[in-house]
Amino acid sequence: MPGKKLNPQQAAYQQKVKKHEPQPNLFRNSLLAFVSGGIISIIGQGFTDFYRVTMNLSTEKAGNPAVATMILAGALLTAFGAFDRVARFAGAGISVPVTGFANSMVSAALEFREEGLVLGVGSKLFSLAGSVITFGVVTAFVVGLIHALIPGR
Amino acid sequence: MGGKNGKQTFQFANPPVIISTGTVAGPFEGQGPLAQDMDVVLGDLRNGKTTFEQAERSMLTQACRLALDHASRSTSEVDLFLAGDLLNQIISSSFTALSLGIPFLGLYGACSTAVESLALGSMILDGGFCGAVLVATSSHNATAERQYRYPTEYGGQRRPYQQWTVTGAGAALLGYTGQGPRVTAATIGKVMDLGCKDPLNLGAAMAPAAADTLFCYFQDTGWDPNSFDLILTGDLGEIGLKLCREGLAEKGLELGENFNDCGLLIYDREKQDVHAGASGCAAMGLVAFGNIYRQFQKGELSRVLLVATGALHSPTSYMQGENIPCIAHAVRIEA
Repeated sequence: MPGKKLNPQQAAYQQKVKKHEPQPNLFRNSLLAFVSGGIISIIGQGFTDFYRVTMNLSTEKAGNPAVATMILAGALLTAFGAFDRVARFAGAGISVPVTGFANSMVSAALEFREEGLVLGVGSKLFSLAGSVITFGVVTAFVVGLIHALIPGR
Repeated sequence: MGGKNGKQTFQFANPPVIISTGTVAGPFEGQGPLAQDMDVVLGDLRNGKTTFEQAERSMLTQACRLALDHASRSTSEVDLFLAGDLLNQIISSSFTALSLGIPFLGLYGACSTAVESLALGSMILDGGFCGAVLVATSSHNATAERQYRYPTEYGGQRRPYQQWTVTGAGAALLGYTGQGPRVTAATIGKVMDLGCKDPLNLGAAMAPAAADTLFCYFQDTGWDPNSFDLILTGDLGEIGLKLCREGLAEKGLELGENFNDCGLLIYDREKQDVHAGASGCAAMGLVAFGNIYRQFQKGELSRVLLVATGALHSPTSYMQGENIPCIAHAVRIEA
């Protein structure tokens, strides 16, 4: 994004805006995110243990159905209109884990359902999640490349 | 015929009358303190329609019909329909114009539309081109959020300075003759850019435009701010109103207790979690054509200055790194 230079009048006004702009309460938000993120992680761990025991899987393998379950939970919460209400308080605690990813896709799907399956849901499904996937793949490629180039593993 | 007074103010020789109004508020707005001044409060954000866009236009149409009904006029007795809204290509207004069948001029002034249409309608009437003009505007929380920000059900934390887009529609019937408060002057604003880029803090972006138009109005007319019962901005919200007040004070214009913002009146900010207040075309639309109009009818107000502000950016201009250009228009309404 090209940043335009501010003229002196604009710069002075921006100072005033900064002064009046209330900042989010970082301590409260961090604490709520820590607690809610922790609770979500405990639930996720519960599912992992559940699948490990009931399906007789290794801890590593049991993670997959557990993640799928958490995605389903995030999707259902979104569909019932509860996710955004929880997220108001939980903040990063619910949006950083995989539940947030589910929300970003399901909310887009719900929103653009009215524009049809192809032009709506199909093309807009990744309107929010798309950049996560794009940069995730790019990062994975770069990390993989470095990994391959380092000799003597 | 009236004429120009000073740099940007237009004085009406035969001030047009606001014959009647119609207002339709969303369910959340219906929980606010001004609910009793709305003609209709919806029970459902979709108003029984399939899409939110259809809901918005149905509200706008209903508000227009209410304004006509209150004046016992039919659409054929109205010469011109002036309307605007926030959606791309102002679809709410155009589809409403389609169903009303009144000759139509579409306006885009973002949230300044309520006053822009009042000013323009008054000029057309005072110019003698029409006998009756219908003006209207609408906004809808779900349609605006989806166009400017995120899907409705997306769970993000709102900033403390963010504002809540009002769901509602307001319409007013202006006539050359009749009973009611009159639009006696209008100040047309210039587009301002004070370097704001944050589309989540539109109050701060729009405050300089409001201050400029207000200052210009008082310069042009020489009126005393204290001679108004109320000087009301559209949707500056808490931070914008502070910045506007401060900006005017720096220019030597101190506004008192009679200076307020529609965005701070619509919701009960203690109970309704709307952060810095309301925004959207319907903020001014509902307050001016609902609450203020009724206070005029009851004789509780005799002189009000309405200043509606609009942020004229689009999601494209914002994403390309442009600043947010803003505008404000004012009308003086007298009993």
